[in-house]
Amino acid sequence: MLSTPALVLAIILFGLGLIGLLSRRNILYMLLSLEIMLNAAALAFIAGGARWGQVDGEIMFLFILTLAAAEVSVALGIVLQLSYRFRTLDADAFCEMRG
Amino acid sequence: MLKKSSSGVLASLRGSPYRSVRLAPSLAAAIDFMLALLLGGQHSAVQPSGQGAWLVESHTSWIPRWGISLHLGLDGLSVVLILLTAFVGIVATIASWTDIQSRVGLFHSQVLLALGGVIGVFLAIDLFLFFFFWELMLIPMYLLIVIWGHAQRRHASFKFFLFTQAGSLVLLVAIVALALLHQQTTGRPSFDYADLMGLTLTSEIARWLMLAFLIGFLVKLPAPPFHTWLPDTYAEAPTGATIILAGILAKTGAYGLLRFTLPMFPEALSEVAPIAMGLGVAGILYAAVLACAQTDIKRLVAYSSISHMGFILLGAFAGTELALQGVMMQMVAHGLSTGGLFLLAGALEERYQTRDMGQMGGLWSVTPRLATMALFFACASLGLPGLANFIGEFLVLFGSYATQPVMIILASLGMVMAAIYSLGMMQRTFFGRQQDSRTAPDLSNVAFGTLLFIAGLQIWLGLYPKAVLTTTKPVMEQLIQHAVVSANPTHVPSESLLSSHIVTSQGGPP
Amino acid sequence: MISLLWLIPALPLAGFLLLALCGGRLSRHHIAWVGCGSVGTAAVTTALVAADFFRGFPTRESYQQTLWNWIDTSGMTVGISWNLDALSLLMVTVITGIGFLIHLYSAEYMAHDDDYARFFAYMNLFVAAMLTLVLADNLLLLYLGWEGVGLCSYLLIGFWYREPEYGTAAQKAFIVTRIGDTALAIGLFILFTQFKTLSIQQVQSLATEAWPVGSNLAMIVAVLFLIGAVGKSAQLPLQVWLPDAMAGPTPVSALIHAATMVTAGVYLIARMHHLFELAPMVQEGIAVLGLVTLLLAATSALVQQDIKRVLAYSTMSQIGYMFLALGVGAWSAALFHFLTHSCFKALLFLAAGSVIHSLHHEQNIFKMGGLRRHLPWTFWTFLIGAAAMSGVPLITSGFYSKDWILWSVWSSPLSHRWIWFGALLGAMLTGLYSFRLIFRVFFGEVRTQPTSESGLAMRLPLLVLAFLALTVGFLEMPHTLGNITLFSHYLSHALPTTALLPGMEESSEVREQLAVTVAALLGIGLAALLFLPGSLFGARRTDQSTTHPSMTLLQGGWGFDRLYDRLFVRPWFAITRNSSDMVDRGYEWLAVCAESCHGWLSHTQTGQVRWYAASIAVGTLMLLGLFAM
Repeated sequence: MLSTPALVLAIILFGLGLIGLLSRRNILYMLLSLEIMLNAAALAFIAGGARWGQVDGEIMFLFILTLAAAEVSVALGIVLQLSYRFRTLDADAFCEMRG
Repeated sequence: MLKKSSSGVLASLRGSPYRSVRLAPSLAAAIDFMLALLLGGQHSAVQPSGQGAWLVESHTSWIPRWGISLHLGLDGLSVVLILLTAFVGIVATIASWTDIQSRVGLFHSQVLLALGGVIGVFLAIDLFLFFFFWELMLIPMYLLIVIWGHAQRRHASFKFFLFTQAGSLVLLVAIVALALLHQQTTGRPSFDYADLMGLTLTSEIARWLMLAFLIGFLVKLPAPPFHTWLPDTYAEAPTGATIILAGILAKTGAYGLLRFTLPMFPEALSEVAPIAMGLGVAGILYAAVLACAQTDIKRLVAYSSISHMGFILLGAFAGTELALQGVMMQMVAHGLSTGGLFLLAGALEERYQTRDMGQMGGLWSVTPRLATMALFFACASLGLPGLANFIGEFLVLFGSYATQPVMIILASLGMVMAAIYSLGMMQRTFFGRQQDSRTAPDLSNVAFGTLLFIAGLQIWLGLYPKAVLTTTKPVMEQLIQHAVVSANPTHVPSESLLSSHIVTSQGGPP
Repeated sequence: MISLLWLIPALPLAGFLLLALCGGRLSRHHIAWVGCGSVGTAAVTTALVAADFFRGFPTRESYQQTLWNWIDTSGMTVGISWNLDALSLLMVTVITGIGFLIHLYSAEYMAHDDDYARFFAYMNLFVAAMLTLVLADNLLLLYLGWEGVGLCSYLLIGFWYREPEYGTAAQKAFIVTRIGDTALAIGLFILFTQFKTLSIQQVQSLATEAWPVGSNLAMIVAVLFLIGAVGKSAQLPLQVWLPDAMAGPTPVSALIHAATMVTAGVYLIARMHHLFELAPMVQEGIAVLGLVTLLLAATSALVQQDIKRVLAYSTMSQIGYMFLALGVGAWSAALFHFLTHSCFKALLFLAAGSVIHSLHHEQNIFKMGGLRRHLPWTFWTFLIGAAAMSGVPLITSGFYSKDWILWSVWSSPLSHRWIWFGALLGAMLTGLYSFRLIFRVFFGEVRTQPTSESGLAMRLPLLVLAFLALTVGFLEMPHTLGNITLFSHYLSHALPTTALLPGMEESSEVREQLAVTVAALLGIGLAALLFLPGSLFGARRTDQSTTHPSMTLLQGGWGFDRLYDRLFVRPWFAITRNSSDMVDRGYEWLAVCAESCHGWLSHTQTGQVRWYAASIAVGTLMLLGLFAM
C-alpha cells in the first residue's frame, strides 16, 4: 500500500517543521516551518483519502491549501508591520505580552 | 391594557438616550410612577384568590423551544416596589442635577437602564426573563460607578461586580436546574413561575436549590457574610447611583426571597430558617457596631443600611404574616430613609469635598435646611415611632417574637446602637464647634422640596401604613398559606396564627 | 365638648409644625404667641374637656376616642386612639397647665437667643409627645409618645449645639433612656405575643385572667416595664443622664422635671398597675429602688455646687419618693406627690432660672449670695418652693403629699419598717439640701452683682406656681387634719385604693406625722446651723472647694458615671475604634491568594511565540500519550 510510506513522510515533514518552528528565531523561517507543517497535514489527509477511497481527503487538502494561502497573506502583513515597528525579524524580541 | 406594565418598562428605556436634557429622565420616571399608580389603583379592588392570580398579566412567547416566554405579572407586592422604584428613581435623577457634570446624557441613560432592569425584575414571572433583568440592572450600575464614581471607584466597582455576579451565577445554575427538572418530569422544559412552583422536589435537591436561591439573593440584600461589597460601593458611587443602589437594588434581593425562595421551597426552608434569622440578627448588630466606628459619613450610612436590611432577613424567615408585612413596610421605609440620607451625604460631600466627619462640625448654623433634614432622616433611621421605619421594624419584631424570642431581644439591642450611630453622625457633622469659617450654600429649593416630600411620605406611612399594608396583604396571606400547607400538607393552618382579629374598643359612649 | 379630646395633643403639634416649617419667617413676637398660644389653647381645651368629663364622671369613668386605625393587619389592630380617665386627665391638666406657665416664662427668658423659633418648636413637640404618652389608649401609641419625649429631651438638652459637652449630655440622655425604651419594647413584644392585643385595658384584664400572681411571665414583663420606667424617670441604675441634662436652657429643665419626661415612668407604672400587682416581688423591688435612689440623690444634692444640679438631684430624690409609694401600692399617694412636685419643682427651676438670668448665666452657688434684697420676688417664690419640697408642715403642699407617702409606707402590708426609716432620713436630707440652697444663694454678702428683677412674663408664672405650691396640698388632707379626700376619691376611679395593714389606728398616724414633721424641721434647722452666714458653723464653711475623696464621690453622684465609663463606655469605644470590617479580611485574603497564584502562573507567559509553540506541541504529545494509554 502506498499510504504507509506517505504517512511516514508526512510525519517526518511535520517533525521537521516543528523543529524548525521551535529552533529558528527569524520569523520568516518560522512561517516557512509552519507551511511545511500544514503541508504535512495535507499530505496525511490525501494518504488517508487514498487509503479508504474517499474523496473527503482531497477536499480537506483543498481546504488546507486555501487556509495556508490566507494565513500567509495575513501573516506576511503582520510580519511587515512587525519589521517596520521593531526593525528586526527576531521573534524573541516581540515579547511585549510577557506576563 | 395588559401590556401597560411592560410598556412602563419600555417607556423608561426609550426615554432619553437621545435627549440629554436633564429633565427627561425624571419625567420618564414620573410617567412610570403614574402608570404604576394607575395600574395599582385600577386593580386594588380586585382581591386575587388562589395561587397565580395576578392583577395584570402579559404573556408573549419568546423562545418556546426551551419554555421561555416574556411573561410579566403584577400583584400587590410588585406594585408597591415599582412605585418605590419610580419614586426613588426621580429622587436619584434630581440628586444628579448638580452632581453630574460630564457625559450627562450617558449617565441618565444608564440610570434609566438600571431602573428598567429593576422594574423588570419586579414584574418578570418567567425565571429566565427574571434572570435577564437581574443581569440587566447590574451592568449599568457597574458603569455608573466606574465612570462617575469617586477616587476609589475602580476597586469599588470591581468588588460590586464580582460579588453580585458570583451571586447571580449561583442563581443561574439553580434556575437552569429547575427548568431541567421540569423537563425530566413533564418532558418539556419550562422557566415559568407557575410551572416551577408546581414541581415536587426530593428534599435533597430542594435543599441544594434553596441554598443556591438563598445565596443569590443574600448577596444582593446584602446579609453577612456577603455584605462587604456594599460599603465600598455605596461610598464610591456618585450620589444618584448610591440612592438607586441603596433605595431599590437592595430590595431586589428581598423581593427575590419573598417571590421565589419562600414559596418554592417551603419544606427545605424550615430547616434553614433559624440560621437565616440568625444571619439577620448578626447583620443588624455587626453592621450597627461598624456603623458606630465609621468616620466616613457615606460608609456610616452604608453600614446602617446593612443593619436595617437585617430586619428584612429576620422577618422574611419568621414565618408569620405580620412579620412579612413588616418586611414589606421596612423595604419601602428603608428605601425612603436611606435615599434621603444619601442625598444629604452627597450634598455635604459636594459642598465640603470630603466625606470625613472629622473635618465637619457645627454646620447647623451654616446650612440649617440641610441640618434639619439630616436630623429628620437620622430620626427615621433610628426608628423613631411615627415614621415609616418604626412600623417596619416593629412589625417584624412583633411578628417574629413568638418564633425566636432570644434573637428578637438581641435584635432589639440594635435599636440602642442605631441611636448611637445616628446621633453620633448628627453630633459630628452638624453640632459642636465649626472647624473653620467656610461657608457653603444651603440646600437648593428643588433638593429641599424633594427631601420635604420624602419626609412627608415617611410621616404619612408612619402614621397611616395601611396604604402599603392593604396592598400587600393578599400576597402575604397567600405566601403564608402556601408555606403552611406545603410544609405539613395534612395540617390545616390554625386560625389563631393567620387571622385572629381582636378589635379594640372604638369610641366610648357619648 | 369632650369630643375635642384629640385637639389637646394636636394643638401643640400644630404649633410645632408651624414653627418648624415657617419659624424663620415669623417675627419673635409671633413666635412667642404661637409657641405659648398652642399650649395655652391646649390648656383651655383641657379645661373644657375636663368640665364635660366631670359632668358624667362617676357613671362614666373613661372616654375613648379613635381617630383612625394606625395598624390593622394580620391580627394586629392598633388605633390612633385616646383614652381619657381620671389618671390621664390629671396628667394632662398638669402637663398643659404647668407646660403653659413654663412656655410663658421662656418667652422672656429666651428672648435674646438666636434660635427662638427652634426653641419653641421643640418645646411644643415635647408637650405634644408627652400628651400623646398619657392619653394613649394602647401601648404602641404610648410608646410613640415615650420615644417622642426622649427625642425632644435630646433636642432640648443639646439646644445650644455649639458646645460639644452639651451635645454629649444630650446624647447620653437619649441613649441611656433608649436602653430603658428597648426593655419596654421587649415587654410589648411579649404582651402582644401572649394576648394578641396592645390595648392597655385589654392587656391588663387578659393578664389578670391568664397569669396567676407571681407567675414567671408576669414578673419578666413587669421587670421590663420597670426598666423602661426607670430609664425615663432617672432612677437607679439608669439615673446618670439627669444631672448632665442640666446643659439645656433652664425652662427646659423645668419642663423635663415638672411636667414631662421624668414623670412618664411614674405614669407608666401607675397605668400598668394591674400588671405590677401580678408581680409582688417586682413591686417590692420598685420600693427598694425608689428608697435607694432617693437617699443617693439626696446625699449628692447636698454637695453640688451648681444650682441646677442641686435641683436635678432633688428631682431624682422626689421621684424616688413616688417610686417608693408605687412600690408599696400607694398609687394615689404617688400621683399626689407627682402633682405637688410638679408645682414646686417647676417653681424652683423657674426661680433658679430667674437667678441665673439676673447673674449673667452664673450657676455656681458659691459665687452667689445676698440676693434676698435684690431679687425679692424670686426670693419669696424660691423660698415657697424650697419649703414645699422640704415639706414644711401644714402650710405647704409638699408636706401633705410626703406625709401621705410616708404614712402609706408605714402602714402598707407591702412595706417594711426599715424602708420607712430610710424615707424619713430622706425627708430630713430634703430639708437640709433645700435650705442649703436658700441660705447660700439669698443670704450673706453679695458675691456677684445681679441685674434687676425679671419682667412680668417671668414673674407671673412664678406667682401662679407659688400659689399652687402652697395650696394644691389641700386637695387631700389626712383624717387627723381636716380629713379631705378629694384627690384619693377622684383617683379611686382609675387606681385601686391603698391597702392598709390591719390595726393601724389613729394614734400611730399622729405619731408618724409628728416624726415626719420633726424630720423636715430638723433638716431645715440643720441647714440653718451649717449654712446660714453668721450662724454657728456657717462662717467657717464658706470655702467648699474641698477635695476630700468622699466629697468627690458624692459630687459625682456616687461614682456611677465612672463605673459605667469603665464597664460600658470604654469597652464600647475600644470595640468601635477599628472601623475596618473583619469579614472583609476574609475576602481580601481570597484576593491576595488569587493574586499570588496569578503571579506564579504569569511566569509561563513569556511573550515568546516559540515558547508557546513548544508548549502546544508538548501538550499535544501528552494528550496523545494519555489517549494511547
